[in-house]
Amino acid sequence: MTIGTSLATVAYLGATILFILCLGGLSNQETSRRGNAYGIVGMAIAVLATVFGTQVTPAGWPWIAGAMAVGAVIGLYAARIVQMTQMPELVALMHSLVGLAAVLVGYANFVDPAVAATMTPAEKGIHEIEMYVGVLIGAITFSGSLIAFGKLSGKIGGKPMLLPGRHWINLAGLVIVIVFGWRFVAVHDAGAATTAMIVMTIVALLFGIHMVMAIGGADMPVVVSMLNSYSGWAAAATGFMLSNDLLIVVGALVGSSGAILSYIMCKAMNRHFLAVIAGGFGTDSGTAAKGGTAAAPAGEVQPITATETAALLKEAKDVIIVPGYGMAVAQAQHTVYEITKALRERGTKVRFAIHPVAGRMPGHMNVLLAEAKVPYDIVFEMDEINPDFPAADVAMVIGANDIVNPAAQDDPTSPIAGMPVLEVWKAKHSIVMKRSMASGYAGVDNPLFYKDNNRMLFGDAKKMLDEVLAALKA
Amino acid sequence: MSLLIAVPREVYPGEKRVATVPDVVEKLLKQGFRVAVEAGAGEGSQIDDAAYRAAGAEVVADRAALWSRADIVFKVRAPDDEEIGLLREGAMLVSFVWPAQNPALMQRLAARKATVLAMDSVPRISRAQKLDALSSMANIGGYRAVIEAAHAFGRFFTGSITAAGKVPPAKVFVIGAGVAGLAAIGAASGLGAIVRANDTRPEVADQIRSLGGEFVPVDYVEEGSGSGGYAKVMSEGFLKAQAAVFAREAKDADIIITTALIPGKPAPRLISADMVASMKQGSVIVDMAAEQGGNCELTVPGQVVVRHGVTIIGYTDLPSRLAKQASTLYATNLLRLVDDLVKTKSIDGATIAIDMNDEVLRGTTVIDKGVVTWPPPPPKLSVAPPAAAKPAAPAPAAAKPKGHGEASGPMSPAKALVFFGAGAILFILAGRYAPPSFLAHFTVFVLACFVGYMVVWNVKPALHTPLMSVTNAVSSIIAIGALVQVAPDLAHVAPGVARPDVLIRWLSVAAIALATINMFGGFAVTRRMLGMFRK
Repeated sequence: MTIGTSLATVAYLGATILFILCLGGLSNQETSRRGNAYGIVGMAIAVLATVFGTQVTPAGWPWIAGAMAVGAVIGLYAARIVQMTQMPELVALMHSLVGLAAVLVGYANFVDPAVAATMTPAEKGIHEIEMYVGVLIGAITFSGSLIAFGKLSGKIGGKPMLLPGRHWINLAGLVIVIVFGWRFVAVHDAGAATTAMIVMTIVALLFGIHMVMAIGGADMPVVVSMLNSYSGWAAAATGFMLSNDLLIVVGALVGSSGAILSYIMCKAMNRHFLAVIAGGFGTDSGTAAKGGTAAAPAGEVQPITATETAALLKEAKDVIIVPGYGMAVAQAQHTVYEITKALRERGTKVRFAIHPVAGRMPGHMNVLLAEAKVPYDIVFEMDEINPDFPAADVAMVIGANDIVNPAAQDDPTSPIAGMPVLEVWKAKHSIVMKRSMASGYAGVDNPLFYKDNNRMLFGDAKKMLDEVLAALKA
Repeated sequence: MSLLIAVPREVYPGEKRVATVPDVVEKLLKQGFRVAVEAGAGEGSQIDDAAYRAAGAEVVADRAALWSRADIVFKVRAPDDEEIGLLREGAMLVSFVWPAQNPALMQRLAARKATVLAMDSVPRISRAQKLDALSSMANIGGYRAVIEAAHAFGRFFTGSITAAGKVPPAKVFVIGAGVAGLAAIGAASGLGAIVRANDTRPEVADQIRSLGGEFVPVDYVEEGSGSGGYAKVMSEGFLKAQAAVFAREAKDADIIITTALIPGKPAPRLISADMVASMKQGSVIVDMAAEQGGNCELTVPGQVVVRHGVTIIGYTDLPSRLAKQASTLYATNLLRLVDDLVKTKSIDGATIAIDMNDEVLRGTTVIDKGVVTWPPPPPKLSVAPPAAAKPAAPAPAAAKPKGHGEASGPMSPAKALVFFGAGAILFILAGRYAPPSFLAHFTVFVLACFVGYMVVWNVKPALHTPLMSVTNAVSSIIAIGALVQVAPDLAHVAPGVARPDVLIRWLSVAAIALATINMFGGFAVTRRMLGMFRK
């Protein structure tokens, strides 16, 4: 039972439309679930149309069924057990799978002499470039995502690793890739082409590792969305290689989506995309900060206990909670919601302020709060809530640092100068929950901690919040 | 032998406060001091001698002996002549002194070779707030002013509609939004009154609003912030405009609380006899500036008088009327001062020293071992300098990002030219050299990029993570690339070509398995996440 070429083409068109609707549906919460359903249906149509189309003979069906059964079991299992705090790791790991798949498809295509049998020389040249580029992007996505996964899951240290002359290393890699690319296309010798392909793959893998190793933990939202973009471009390149429009369209959709996310994340940190990719935040700029001695905050930090925090919250009428990566690390989102509920029952207005780069991937905090069942209509973006801080009685910062640093606005010499931040210091009181006085990923001291209306609640966020909750209910 | 802190009973008539409380005694002992309290010192603040004894203080009945043994004396009010006579030579005295108003007192203290720390001279810088006794007292005074007003006022503060008729809410007008004024605004609005307030410093408008008050501006442009966070004397034109506002407010208000003070000057006359006469019968004025002559023309310092049917309260001891609270806060301020003085601490005895390079201690110390060191050099930084800090603020404000989703501004013409020029060259090159089959795909690709851009641009930041996981699932479309290579219809496409079938099949099967993990995992996890978002 196979379907004809025209029917397959129409099926692909339908799948394409469904994918576009899928991404469009994700634009707000009400339509998002339907969007996801569109995506599933689109994917099912695309796969079925391919499997039962003219390009696959029935001899391949058992292989396909077996491979897909294995993948499906692993995928569904992973999706079930993953904790919401681990989402960034899971997403990074999945990107690496797409990258690896692109590399494998590229190689399969490369060793298949049947592909180019009927091509004109010009077509063949283009096809080889497509294949080369597809494997290149796939390999970078693969190794880069693996490193990102390692960093996000804490298996590799979050601090940027900076080799001396790292820009030259990258440049050398690029030159090698281009030289071998030219040989790959120009030399019609199977042995030379294989060498070129393998050398390029190795260089691309090393490049991916090197690139992500040099990027600090705070820049991870950019990296994750960038890798998301790469996985899309890898799919698009594969589409070109196979002359498959569906792959091209979907790859381009995913690629541009990831690129936009990267752009938004960079905007949120007031940094240039290239500066993030070049890496090394918090080291180069750290010395610049030392130059401006005026930036050193004076005064002393005033600690507060959990009981006093609860007392402050009880008296407040308007509370804004600013969650950060520390909340994710401590898995404190459920306690945060318990506190929110307790306060709302007392008639206190509680809202959440989310900085675009809070956490380790775009939207990370929103997902955690959603998991804890915090209603999304009390969760606000930075631009929506910043004007409301002066009216707030208490702003509670849970495990965040750089995103609430007033130096970004006040101190032009600060490495994070100009980065949009949540203006918690404008609230009547602010409470910062932190493990210690260590500075954030940017390595910048935070003058907020020394402000008169700020109190520090030191300790593990979960433990402290549990105590606050107990004191609130007492 | 560790240093002895002596706390005598206040002798000023009607003064109920005391300079330390049992809680603070315990902390002072821990710092390495001994504490002796005169018998009955805490009476006015409802603290009995037993409580001091329980906290570890020595209770001394003999007044002269207490003074003569003291290394450090804590007091509230400035010492009178008898007390100065009792003060041991070379001892340290900590109390309110008001050096500007009491030059004779300063001379006598200097003659005793005393070291005097004046709690009224604590510089108003952020770091010194913890020992700013003036603020703590003003805070209490402001609260008490409202309580006194409520006591003298014949009606509820909160408006309500009862079976017995409608009660209108009281209207309170507060003049001067310093610490005392703000405390009064907070207390009055807490009681349910409608509170309006005025201050010559426009930057306090937000603070007034934050406490539930309404800011009443004077429409006359003049900056009223003096140094050190205090108000300054205003011009005549401003005063005229101000008087007009006050006259208008006076007619409307049930209660007026005035707190206007200018350091080192008599209190400004803000409420004239005519304004008082224009007020409703039964209204109340609390003049917190009574000690400095009063903001109201008819105020009699220290007394309550009724003029034109308006009760005018001129108490000069408002903080003392809330003695226990005032004593507790004052004692804590003193404790913080001691914290700064202590150089080394131990159970055997703390040592203290005045670091004259420390701006706070320098300002507070008005006599150092008999040498008058008042007035101190002017403070380096004003407390409330939002006006001064403003030049720094606009720069980052200008860098405020556009909310995403808004259209970005148009490109500059030169930039646009370069952009489109480069695009055109690329397109021409592609059109010249690339085969038509490639161009067809290229068209699709470029259009898809634009569609992706348009579609994704509007995604809410809250949904960025689900978006990433769904695009991740969607990118598993790469499985198609592997599917078509598993077992192609070779006989049809390229007959007779030798092909490493097994290798290709395994590569493809591996790619399919990897992509399928993504496909199922990505959609499932997105579904799980989206299920959590709820209103």
